[in-house]
Amino acid sequence: MTTDLQTILPELILAVYAMLALVGAVYTGKDALTGVITWLTAGLMAVLAIWIGTSAAPATEAFGGLFISDAFAQYAKVAILLAGAVVLVAGQEAVARRGLGRFEYPLLIALATVGMMMMVSAGDMMSLYMGLELQSLALYVVAAMNRDSVKSTEAGMKYFVLGALSSGLLLYGASLTYGYAGTTLFSGIIGAVSGGEVSLGLLIGLVFVSAGLAFKISAVPFHMWTPDVYEGAPSPVTAFFATAPKLAAMGLFARVLFDAFGGAVGDWQQIISLMAILSMALGAVAAIGQTNIKRLMAYSSISHMGFALMGLSAGTALGVQAMLVYMAIYLTMNVGTFAFIMSMERDGKPITEIASLNQFAKGEPLKALAVLVLMFSLAGVPPTVGFFGKLYVLQAAVDAGLTWLAIGGVIASVISAFYYLRIVYYMYFGETEGTAEAPMSPAAWVALMGSAAVMVLGVINLFGIETAAAAAAQALVN
Amino acid sequence: MVGLEHYLGLAGALFVIGIFGLFLNRKNVIILLMSIELMLLSVNINLVAFSSYLGDMVGQVFTLFVLTVAAAEAAIGLAILVSFFRNRGTIAVEDVNVMKG
Repeated sequence: MTTDLQTILPELILAVYAMLALVGAVYTGKDALTGVITWLTAGLMAVLAIWIGTSAAPATEAFGGLFISDAFAQYAKVAILLAGAVVLVAGQEAVARRGLGRFEYPLLIALATVGMMMMVSAGDMMSLYMGLELQSLALYVVAAMNRDSVKSTEAGMKYFVLGALSSGLLLYGASLTYGYAGTTLFSGIIGAVSGGEVSLGLLIGLVFVSAGLAFKISAVPFHMWTPDVYEGAPSPVTAFFATAPKLAAMGLFARVLFDAFGGAVGDWQQIISLMAILSMALGAVAAIGQTNIKRLMAYSSISHMGFALMGLSAGTALGVQAMLVYMAIYLTMNVGTFAFIMSMERDGKPITEIASLNQFAKGEPLKALAVLVLMFSLAGVPPTVGFFGKLYVLQAAVDAGLTWLAIGGVIASVISAFYYLRIVYYMYFGETEGTAEAPMSPAAWVALMGSAAVMVLGVINLFGIETAAAAAAQALVN
Repeated sequence: MVGLEHYLGLAGALFVIGIFGLFLNRKNVIILLMSIELMLLSVNINLVAFSSYLGDMVGQVFTLFVLTVAAAEAAIGLAILVSFFRNRGTIAVEDVNVMKG
């Protein structure tokens, strides 16, 4: 029992902190404490990330296999915690400026983070479901955080209804898996799956679980909520949606596919590669006509999820490693881009039209340069880190014999370069004078410049995440 | 004799009714919440049926977790619904259309 608790200590600390802080803030300063709580939460998350990252604890299972802590979970947790902390701190001023500075916001983010840490450590259908719901329920609420805005509440509603539908699908799949495998433990399911023929009931279960998880990572054909939720939710919240939950859902997807259904790679490879190619294609084409930068980023994230799924569909340790590297790069790029998006405003009101960025480079050359680097990286232009992320997943797909998928990915990334470069074109060569201003808090400025700098400097050795990702992939696939 | 397949058939039928309720309903958001609840509860029938068939308690434990989460989900759904109603003055599904996606 004590060792079990030791294994889940990081989650326990964060959960207990969030609950105590909720009660404490209600009885004391309430919303006046928002700033302090935001920094405290971000600080705690950063400390936990460093602790998990440096402890290098051996792989352990807790609570009879319900909870797994291995290199894969540790890699994902460090990325989730760091992304969450940076988004909280970078968005703190933007949240306050819009009058959304309620003390529940950082604490709901902390609870969602606990859910995500549970997700990547799940070793059983039950802990998978509980982690997923803890994350989702907290996120539904923060999507509707701007209570007086029609768009924000509508985004919350759409997210809630479609999210609940996806949980239902996932749960139905879990129940079938339980019935036909006789257990909800992943280690038990893999025993029922391996050894030749997979029973039809298990396959249907696998399809339902995959559909539910595809909703959470917004892969085509389950992507329809993404643009509306990204547009409607307040920008700092959108920044969070676009980063940590995507990695958590991707990590959970990898866990289910390899830990539970690792014996049926041939069966799920077709599903995943189909979703990958559709996501990449739709994300590339549908973003072209967008005039709102948040909707554009929604389609961009759909496309990026397609690339990450391409790594997963390879079904090899190299594929998982490529996916993990890709997701870490994606997180970094999006943190920087959203630090910029949430500072865009005109006369003190947030704006999101791309056209308002016309000639932005004249007034703010340094910020424009940082956005340029990030856009090049998102598009995957060679001297940036984004290119190496794409190269990794393409390599994994080709090695696994999915050459058609790799070719599709290259074509999609060429198409999507158009709309990333269009933003750069507007900023540097726009014809009319734009009206956007981008006043930034020091934290947001550091996030933007830092992520742009990483995109350039990271080409040397990707800051060593390759070895960490390789160890994580080994822990998962074997 | 009522066997496992009958329970699975019932649960499957309820689940499909829930999904159709979600997509075909044009009237009221409350009906969406009811459809979601129907989906989750049909899964519970599945779980309990398998649990009794396999002689394994895990399915029933899972059911209790699902019930708890369904209650929390309904609470949050209604809360979001209330704040939506305050902004728009309507809860018709057709009116959830400020953003086109």
